[in-house]
Amino acid sequence: MTDTAWIDAALTSARPQAVGALLRYFRDLDTAEEAFQNASLRALKSWPQNGPPRDPAAWLIMVGRNAAIDEVRRSRKQQPLPEDDQHISDLDDAEEQLAERLDGSHYRDDILRLLFICCHPELPATQQIALALRIVSGLSVKQIARAFLVSEAAMEQRITRAKARVAEANVPFETPGPVERSERLAAVAAMIYLIFNEGYSASGDTVQARSSLCEEAIRLARLLLRLFPSEPEIMGLTALLLLQHARAASRFNSAGEVILLEDQDRSLWNQNMITEGVALIDKAMRHRRSGAYQIQAAIAALHARAERPEDTDWKQIDLLYGALELAQPSPVVTLNRAVAVSKVRGAEAALEMIEPLASRLSNYFHFFGVRGALLMQLGRNEEARVAFDRAIALANTSAEAAHIRMHLDRLMRDSSPRGATTGK
Amino acid sequence: MLYAILCYHDEDLVGSWSKEQDEAVMKKLAVVQEKLAKQGRLGPVARLLPTTAAATLRKEDPPLVIDGPYAETKEQLLGFYVIDCKNLDEALDVARDLGAANPGGAYEIRPVGLFAPGGPVK
Repeated sequence: MTDTAWIDAALTSARPQAVGALLRYFRDLDTAEEAFQNASLRALKSWPQNGPPRDPAAWLIMVGRNAAIDEVRRSRKQQPLPEDDQHISDLDDAEEQLAERLDGSHYRDDILRLLFICCHPELPATQQIALALRIVSGLSVKQIARAFLVSEAAMEQRITRAKARVAEANVPFETPGPVERSERLAAVAAMIYLIFNEGYSASGDTVQARSSLCEEAIRLARLLLRLFPSEPEIMGLTALLLLQHARAASRFNSAGEVILLEDQDRSLWNQNMITEGVALIDKAMRHRRSGAYQIQAAIAALHARAERPEDTDWKQIDLLYGALELAQPSPVVTLNRAVAVSKVRGAEAALEMIEPLASRLSNYFHFFGVRGALLMQLGRNEEARVAFDRAIALANTSAEAAHIRMHLDRLMRDSSPRGATTGK
Repeated sequence: MLYAILCYHDEDLVGSWSKEQDEAVMKKLAVVQEKLAKQGRLGPVARLLPTTAAATLRKEDPPLVIDGPYAETKEQLLGFYVIDCKNLDEALDVARDLGAANPGGAYEIRPVGLFAPGGPVK
């Protein structure tokens, strides 16, 4: 790595802790960010000469805090300033003391708070994500704008608006109680999942720009897990993200179209991520405190462990979806379960299962995709065609539509005169 | 004399390497390893999964399992085992057996990501 690359990496990894602590001191997001920015600039000057400090986060908090206090003094008194490097020269001792005081529980709540303010319920999902990527991950406005396919100016405005909302919300700065802490944790986990999904649901020409969102979500999930090492749902979340992302290289063809799970080249799956995901879910299960992330991760693990599609343990997946229906009832979960049911008990049983969902999923692309596929399996081609047509009308991406068209083409072939006479 | 070389680094930092950066480092390491292997001087090499995947068994009576890596600084690393297990529970059972034979201290149980058994060391 080049000289500045290691500093960049160190700054990125220290950022959540440092900005979180600075936010606790100043109770103002802009001041905290600016302080971190100043500290980072000094790090770029000082670290190449003096080498990296033993605890980069503590160094940045210390320098950032001093810089911000200087700033306040400067604007108040217009007094001559102390020499720039004065603080840095006595840093060794000060850093030692500060590091002592930064006990684990303290910075744990700092980081949690920093993540939590991004999850303000009044903020729409895209603003939550943009804010978290900006202030926690430290991505530039330009990078975030690129991921969301909007102009830099539009993204800048979106983030500014989100920050103003957060400032009005007055998130308490006292150490949270156990109940509050677990509520915050759940909200933050949901937000991290949102970030991941934003990246995961990309297709076509957005795949490249958004895959970094998946990686960022994994980084944040790992961070959260280090802070709360005994929370099975956080293990589940991290496992889920790793297991999903492990398939990234096989999910699209060269034209950017979605490749379904059963058609993916499994040799492209990232085995390191799968191993880590499986290890985490394994560890989570020992707690016997099931939850939606753990169940979804367990399902993903069963897919990841199957060397060939036909090796998939659909029976177990059906059971897990049953558990997920209880933990987090939703027609979409039932729809997913129906796919497993079709493999275990046949298309008829699966179709029966999804019929009651029709009214609630009448605008849901996947409902008609699954329904069409089941009808096709049963040889009810005319009904299948109607379902597929509806699916195409509801497709969110061109890749989704293309995939359904493939089914339709097959139907056309099958129902041509020759196909009809030789049909089973 | 056999020597163990224990690798320490900031896992956040290493974890933030891109796939290309990671592969580049592994490739450079492979050059060094191959040279040693040819000389019959390379034993097992392992790359561990992140500490978030770790659990720790405190060898108290009864032994206590806690999530996460071994975080104390008053004890020192004195040895390690590489064992093949179906899952973490099985690994913890092995650790408990070892702990009963040698109480005190702790075992950190960490899944291994990459493992190269290496040749017999001359």
